[in-house]
Amino acid sequence: MPSPVLFDYVLRLGDDRLVLGHRLSEWCGHGPILEEDIALANISLDLIGEASLLLKLAGSLESKGRTEDTLAYFRDAIEFRNALLVEFPKGDFGFTIVRQFLFSVYSMLQMDALQRSRNTELAGIAAKALKETRYHVRHSAQWVVTLGAGTDESNARAQKALDDLWRYTGELFSADDIDREVAASGDGVDPSTLESAWRDQVLPVLNRAGLRVPDAGYMQAGGRGGRHTEHLGHMLSEMQILARSHPGASW
Amino acid sequence: MTKGSSDSQWPLWEVFLQPPKGEAHEHAGSVHATTAEQALQNARDVYSRRGEAVSIWVVPSASITASTPEDMGPFFDPGNDKPYRHPQFYKVPRGVRV
Repeated sequence: MPSPVLFDYVLRLGDDRLVLGHRLSEWCGHGPILEEDIALANISLDLIGEASLLLKLAGSLESKGRTEDTLAYFRDAIEFRNALLVEFPKGDFGFTIVRQFLFSVYSMLQMDALQRSRNTELAGIAAKALKETRYHVRHSAQWVVTLGAGTDESNARAQKALDDLWRYTGELFSADDIDREVAASGDGVDPSTLESAWRDQVLPVLNRAGLRVPDAGYMQAGGRGGRHTEHLGHMLSEMQILARSHPGASW
Repeated sequence: MTKGSSDSQWPLWEVFLQPPKGEAHEHAGSVHATTAEQALQNARDVYSRRGEAVSIWVVPSASITASTPEDMGPFFDPGNDKPYRHPQFYKVPRGVRV
């Protein structure tokens, strides 16, 4: 049964994970050490796997015949609904780790709540993703502390990443009509209800890492409405070129 | 990593996995890590991605004391000519039910 609002909501969930998964995959072969290279690739594959399930579900909710591949490879940047946080280039290792930590805690709370979604398919995907995400939190938190409490250089890089990323965290928790409608029907979660739990989990780790939490200040948003930074288009051109050059090919 | 160190690698840890059927932990390989928690995570990511384990041990490689090739003669050869150390060497006496 078509459900346009739930389609919009699930598309956001899928796009966050597809874009961040692709950003992480850019580390493949470039990790600081072999073990971490594999760890980042594992997390990347977890996220792309979650995105695949979510976009497939979105396609069926839309009922216009779009598959997960159509949605991933044949939409332009303006049609993507990911938060801005996940689309920035991978940066240095500190940037990647701090972003991963901020997003993973958010994702863990979101998936925990979505396990009780009225939509049983979404609830099932959330239950699977929650287990993966718990590990992502553990892994990235360990690294945030290692970098923050490490050398002067690792601390400075982690702090810069946090300062640069903080203004994009607000978008994760800003709710619009789509969020409120799916929350009211019991299908989705109002993201604004996750913010205090997110702070309760994020701040102690930053504190342990010796990192200063930036002032709240102005929060940048736009991705949920298709208003993206220039970075997403460049990323998509690389991510989509194979599928667009050889439509219908399988491998 | 200390500046000027000739070895840029982190300390080595040995990884032991317990298979899902519950047998004893078996040596799987080794990983580099700076802390025990990091070693555990790296072992998980490198050696147990496909459901190979239900439990992981990691131990600093430096903590393992190993026998050397020179030990082979005195350690292991004396066992070769002592078949009476195997239970099969003994016949079951008459009248004993097995």
